[in-house]
Amino acid sequence: MGQRTRTMSDNLYTRRTFMKILSAGFVAGLGGINATCKKVINEEFLQKYFSEMTDEEKKRVVQRLEEKYLKQYGKSTRVSFGEAKQNTLWGYGLDLSRCIGCRRCVYACAKENNNSRYKPQLHWIRVIRLKKGNLINLENAEHYYDPDKVPEEGFIYMPVQCQQCENPPCVKVCPVHATWKEPDGLVVVDYDWCIGCRYCMAACPYKGRVFNWAEPNIPKEELNTTMHYFGNRPRMKNVVDKCTFCIQRVRSGRYPACVEACPTGTRKFGNLLDKNSEIRYLIENKRVFRLKEDLNTEPKFYYFFSL
Amino acid sequence: MRVLIYSFLLLFLCSMLSNVQGRNVKAEYPVPRPPLSKGIFPCNSCHEGIPANPTKRQLKDEHINIKLHHAEGVRWCLDCHDPTNRDKLKLANGELVAFTESYLLCGQCHGTTYRDWKAGIHGKRTGYFNGGKRTYLLCVHCHDPHDPKFKPMKPEPPPYGPKNANNVR
Amino acid sequence: MEAWRFFKKTLVLVMKGSLAYYAWCIFLLAVTFLGLKFYIAQLDQGLIITNMRDQVSWGLYIANFTYLVGIAAAAVLLVIPAYIYHFDPIKEIVVFGELFSASSIIMALMFVFVDIGRPDRFWHLIPFIGKLAFPDSLLAWDVLVLNGYLFLNIFVPVYILVRSYYQKEPNKRAVVPFILLSIPWAVGIHTVTAFLYNGLAARPFWNASILAPRFLASAFCSGPAIIIIIFQVIRKISKVKIENEALFKIAELISYAMFLNLFLLGAEIYKEYYSNTIHLAPLTYLYQGLQGHKTLVPWIWTSLSMNLVAFFIFLIPKTRKYLLTLNIGSILIIVGVWIEKGIGFVLPGFIPDPLGEIYEYMPNTTEIAVSLGIWALGLLIFTLFMRVAIPIETGIFFHSKQKTQKSSNDTLLIP
Repeated sequence: MGQRTRTMSDNLYTRRTFMKILSAGFVAGLGGINATCKKVINEEFLQKYFSEMTDEEKKRVVQRLEEKYLKQYGKSTRVSFGEAKQNTLWGYGLDLSRCIGCRRCVYACAKENNNSRYKPQLHWIRVIRLKKGNLINLENAEHYYDPDKVPEEGFIYMPVQCQQCENPPCVKVCPVHATWKEPDGLVVVDYDWCIGCRYCMAACPYKGRVFNWAEPNIPKEELNTTMHYFGNRPRMKNVVDKCTFCIQRVRSGRYPACVEACPTGTRKFGNLLDKNSEIRYLIENKRVFRLKEDLNTEPKFYYFFSL
Repeated sequence: MRVLIYSFLLLFLCSMLSNVQGRNVKAEYPVPRPPLSKGIFPCNSCHEGIPANPTKRQLKDEHINIKLHHAEGVRWCLDCHDPTNRDKLKLANGELVAFTESYLLCGQCHGTTYRDWKAGIHGKRTGYFNGGKRTYLLCVHCHDPHDPKFKPMKPEPPPYGPKNANNVR
Repeated sequence: MEAWRFFKKTLVLVMKGSLAYYAWCIFLLAVTFLGLKFYIAQLDQGLIITNMRDQVSWGLYIANFTYLVGIAAAAVLLVIPAYIYHFDPIKEIVVFGELFSASSIIMALMFVFVDIGRPDRFWHLIPFIGKLAFPDSLLAWDVLVLNGYLFLNIFVPVYILVRSYYQKEPNKRAVVPFILLSIPWAVGIHTVTAFLYNGLAARPFWNASILAPRFLASAFCSGPAIIIIIFQVIRKISKVKIENEALFKIAELISYAMFLNLFLLGAEIYKEYYSNTIHLAPLTYLYQGLQGHKTLVPWIWTSLSMNLVAFFIFLIPKTRKYLLTLNIGSILIIVGVWIEKGIGFVLPGFIPDPLGEIYEYMPNTTEIAVSLGIWALGLLIFTLFMRVAIPIETGIFFHSKQKTQKSSNDTLLIP
């Protein structure tokens, strides 16, 4: 009996030593991994929540990102953390009587915002064609019209993108606070915090959000090198992104790319808090409405008819 | 004394009138150069020596590439282009405006559009909208004044769609 | 220390068994590894290798998740009669029910894990370490209640089993509060999962108040039906006595739950078809097809017929008390509710999408393989749980102070 006990503890002893050696070897092996590689993986993996980062940490993040994009695309980029200006609330106007459905805005947006071009093709703006006679009856919406010439007789065209709601349902449902509404009214996504659960996509009533189903494919020569951390920096696979009203442009006073691309002057933009802005004039003088207003999301995307 | 007062009054009235006629609008709406065809301006370089023929007709010798398709039933060239000075456009009250202020001419008939354009909600917006850098474009930068209606254009291709996994056409 | 020794002994126990046992475990492991292979490809290339797209952004994984949360909640159906009404035929098998519930929750959590795009950022969901959006996001609630339920359903059975192993009675004061807590908690997990869908105003198919009651009703159909089948298997391969009365009682309760489920379905159909608003579209897609798209129509009608037939089987005492029809009814319910609550619930929420587009999603090989892998892994875990729990409950596997008789402790009746 005593012998059995000794054998048992002997076994235990050898088992313990074995485990110790194994774990030591494992740790040593880990240490042998390339230090830079490990550092990068660790930094990206352990990156803190955005609002909890100090300025120093943010600078390091920007540096890491710029290095990454240089390596990936061979271009030097500038990623900014440009904050919201005081007393701004961005609003958008869209003249439904003038949209001809040419989709120039869709592709200008994709180019400006470094969207994946194929596999998957990410379009933040979707232009839908509706039959005249019943206005926003989305049951007769056609997304894939491809005639020789637009506009076609008997139809109107309505571009839809993220409506930057004041009461965003997507922000409410995100389980990790990866998306929130900035002080200037833009709903942004922190691509480094998003876990890719796609709950926000289920919650959005306007199909404003798209998902990077695979690693984005952006042609190197078309990369837009002026980037914003929440805006058009190249995303990674399996995270959500959406229109940000071109945050990298509007925070320095420029129009979003879609506004500039439209050949018929359909799109309007401005600061809702500035009473001399064109968007305020629009809201006060035209008959504006917003999509699905009964859902109380309070979008800042105003549709109107001028003709 | 009376002459002095009357002359002052007259001068005052004249200055008021000139304000009403919009002489100071040029500074408010900074526009780029009008998109005139190459070599066509100044028009007077040819028209100085040609007597104006006010008969409404179809032009046969020059400017035959211009097909008027803009209220052509009730108007023709010399209703907008001044007969005596071809470097200027003619408003309804007879006043002459430069090509850089052609919106004044268009605005006479298209008043609501002109009002929207002044507020910044008609037409293409480009550039900066903050800090006084807002840019304006002339009507003619987008609309051909002789045939202003936008022509239908070929749309950009539709999205690939969810069934098209390999994203090939 | 007791628990650790117990754990080591169980590891030895699960490694031994009959040929059938090995064959079953190896089969399950094989399916698991197949699923793992596809999952690694999914991690590598991104979710694009599934059939989910922007239009239908949740698919087979979340359908299975919804179904499994319901199954897990159904363990409550066993606990309630046993502990509140002191219904002895069921009391002894509560431990099996709770372990079954734990396996389902593990499967449900695994389905969520394979569905999220960035599992490497899973730590963002841990309260205080990450940034869990509690109480705003229902998914955050789900993370907390599901893990809590898992803890309950592992702690209570393991505690009871360890005590039984050492041939001691479980300390009622330590364990009964947790058992009683698991009753509202089970209702809670399924209500939270229902609210997860319910709160989305963007999806009118889900934004109906009837959702949470329907979820509970269908959960109380499917879970006990699986348990009826499993207990017959356990009864066959071991000395555990499970009387037919217990099975028939469970079946009777299923019939009431199925009645409620069918009634609520009828209420939903009446409301949508009679009011005939634009929100009828998802239901039309499901039951009739929309604009020529008819993929789900045969599925849902099959499911409805299965549910109806099973309802009558369970309602009529003659068919309920006859084992063959009982088993047929159980299988019909298991499959019928899976279709109704899985793909017949998640997919119409996305079809048509908020801008009126219709994308007919059907899972592809990758999703089916990963799903089967997770089911196999869950069944394997449950098998291993049972491999330990049954011998303890039948008194074969217990701690003996005589070390020389250790080997005889491990003989079991499993062929």
